Amino acid sequence: MTPTNGNTIKDPVIVVLQLSGGNDFMNTVVPYGEPLYYDFRKTVGIPETDLLHLDSQYGLHPALTSFKEIYDQGNLAIIAGVGYPNPDRSHFRSMDIWHTAEPTNVIPEGWLGRIIRELDPQKQNVCTGISFGQGLPRAMYLSGTPALSVRDLESYGLLTSMSGRRQRRAINVFTRMYAPEEFAEANMTLGHIGQTGVDALAGVDMLKPVPAQYSSSVEYADDQLAQSLRGIAQVHTANIGTRVFYAELGGFDTHGAQMGTQTGLLRQLSRAVSDFFADLREHNASEEVVMLVFTEFGRRVRDNGNGTDHGSGGGAFLIGERVNGGMYAEYPSLDPANQLSGDLHYNNDFRSIYSTIIDDWFHMQPEPIVNGSFERFQGMISPLN
Amino acid sequence: MTTSTRTDIDLVAHLMRRAAFGLPAWQLEPLAELRYEDLVEDLLHVERHERPEEDLLARFHLEHANEEDYWWTNKKWFYRMINTRRPLEEKVALMWHNRFATAASKVTNPLMMRNHLEMLRDKGLGNFHVLLAELSRDPAMIYWLDQQTNHHGAINENYGRELLELFSMGRGNYTEDDVQAAAHAFTGWTIKQTIPRYPNGWYESGYVFRPDDHAYAEKSFLGESGNFNGSDVVDIVVQQPATARYVAATLYGYFVADDPDDEAIDALARVYFDSGYELTEMLRALFNSHYFKNARFNRVRSPVELVVNTITLNGQHRDPYEFGIRYLVNASQAMGQEPLNPPTVEGWHSGREWIDSSFLIERVNFAVERLGDDGHPGVRNMIDHVGEMRPSFTAEQLLDACLYELGCWKLEDKSRRVILDDAGEINATPGNESFDKAVTRMFEYVASSREFQMA
Repeated sequence: MTPTNGNTIKDPVIVVLQLSGGNDFMNTVVPYGEPLYYDFRKTVGIPETDLLHLDSQYGLHPALTSFKEIYDQGNLAIIAGVGYPNPDRSHFRSMDIWHTAEPTNVIPEGWLGRIIRELDPQKQNVCTGISFGQGLPRAMYLSGTPALSVRDLESYGLLTSMSGRRQRRAINVFTRMYAPEEFAEANMTLGHIGQTGVDALAGVDMLKPVPAQYSSSVEYADDQLAQSLRGIAQVHTANIGTRVFYAELGGFDTHGAQMGTQTGLLRQLSRAVSDFFADLREHNASEEVVMLVFTEFGRRVRDNGNGTDHGSGGGAFLIGERVNGGMYAEYPSLDPANQLSGDLHYNNDFRSIYSTIIDDWFHMQPEPIVNGSFERFQGMISPLN
Repeated sequence: MTTSTRTDIDLVAHLMRRAAFGLPAWQLEPLAELRYEDLVEDLLHVERHERPEEDLLARFHLEHANEEDYWWTNKKWFYRMINTRRPLEEKVALMWHNRFATAASKVTNPLMMRNHLEMLRDKGLGNFHVLLAELSRDPAMIYWLDQQTNHHGAINENYGRELLELFSMGRGNYTEDDVQAAAHAFTGWTIKQTIPRYPNGWYESGYVFRPDDHAYAEKSFLGESGNFNGSDVVDIVVQQPATARYVAATLYGYFVADDPDDEAIDALARVYFDSGYELTEMLRALFNSHYFKNARFNRVRSPVELVVNTITLNGQHRDPYEFGIRYLVNASQAMGQEPLNPPTVEGWHSGREWIDSSFLIERVNFAVERLGDDGHPGVRNMIDHVGEMRPSFTAEQLLDACLYELGCWKLEDKSRRVILDDAGEINATPGNESFDKAVTRMFEYVASSREFQMA
């Protein structure tokens, strides 16, 4: 796919933001109208007066000020009660399930990797998918499909200890040593390293000019999420054809000291997302971006006195100008009779969110990407074109 | 009948890459004069060798030598991995650190992180039963998994769950009820309140058992019933076949291959039971096995392994006064592994997931920079040793000599062709400057190769 320039038809872009550790959804979108909430959350509960009220039943965590604004503008979709059959309370398995869209078997291939393959089947643009921060997530991994991981755009370069002719020779040797063989290599790992090296080098060439082209009046915070989103804004506004972005905010495993910890994290999230979209708007590059915010699971209904343990039935957000905001999906019942051994029961399979994005945003067939047919959220996204 | 007491140097190099951090040929050659089994024993019998004097490091780095900075513990760890005469001890600590991943990002108390690492080092080659019992009382671990908030009447299941899932048995071998029972059994296992940090700085904590907060009650755990305490849970866990296989798979995955092999893991699991959970016995069986000896270059090296091997070869940081050990921590972090600060309790994703575009660039840049500078004493030694091999070299002879010198490395045919093509027709003669440049260029090319990412 050739890089597009943004002045004619825009291509849809997704930014996936992962909240790692299991964000407590009950204290993110708080069902304050339900008296049981305050019974179960005696110490790890948020008073009604502190919440950012969405309606007479639900309120956002007080730190999510920008989410409230986006909600009021009609561009924040809230999907409560998200999960999958037979919830797994292991962080790693649950995260894997979200990444691979495969709840039964452990597979290494990610759902975004499959989208990238569909977007760029000829592998013409190694920058089709880029993850910012620490490492490539499994969601973007698909053997044979390039996806870049970038830690810092400004210092992204190969063999930087050399210069001149020596460096050119060494890069030439590197390129040829890493080039894929015509036939599949017996050693799969060497093949993987080779392809990664080839992609990395191509990515360096494409990304090197990006920071110099960028200017913005938005001042991001210094934390890693803000810097990742700033990098995403830089690459997106450079119009090099990146369609899938990934960023992460960790630390949500709040078994203890939840009130302070979650507040700090959600404050970072709120500011970073707000700055990011302001930056995109300043560059007339916001309409084509949809952001999915997800976490691997929710937490227990009843607090443990200081925090909350691993649960199921989490929640997700979809943000963007083309997102038709509102509360999608019923909030799971807190009634003990309806709980799943102390957890919120999930009402919506997470693959319904994926299917909606794949179908309505990317105009692709969701079934082969999520391994099955799942109900879409009608009207949640207005397609770009 | 003649019995050779020498060992094939390729096999020695393999053993030293896996059980240690790799060595250049000039250090491997004397070892190849010995019997393989004796080399293994020398690695296993760590008590035969003194630990390095890392206190010297503090004397020369007053500006950094601050026990309140967990980076200091990290810097000392790198110094130690480079200089230790007990490399297996450090390798095993690194292995357990990934398995029992505990991170400074949450623990925040640098003294507790230091003590945690020392526990892994002291107990890591001993008995798994003892190790798991120590781990359950380790203050950093207790805080990391919120065990201090696991109260009678208000359990916090975090440690109970991870003990079963990540530290001993693995998913699928226990029920949610077992998790709850384990959490109940560990109620009252907590840490002493630390003295407030200010004005005098950090204080370490210690394990303490609070009987008034312990759930004394009948519990049913993994098919057994009793008034179980945390140590009973550990006792029961270590007897499980799933634990034997899990420990065996941990050793196999770390020392042998990224992909598991059921037969080898079963064999190691038998040693686990036969020896009464002795890790040294398991490793003795592992290092002397055929599957280990044949498992050449099939593991992706972790960032720490790559960094320490590179520095072992280039000879930096042998002296405690050398500046810049901090950059080794930075380099490893940029490659995706900041020791003492794993991303989650699951540790780092290893194997192929060590390689993505960003990490690969960092790995190549680091190794090339450090091995391409003949100002480093180890690089100088290797050039001189290569120079002693022949009076003059063709390009292919020079490549082979350099691969040998870097620790009996092997390249695929394609990589060899590319490097030889670049070198062209040469007749390199030791002793002049162009020879040194030709050798360092070869080192750089090897260091930038795909194959150098593995071991």
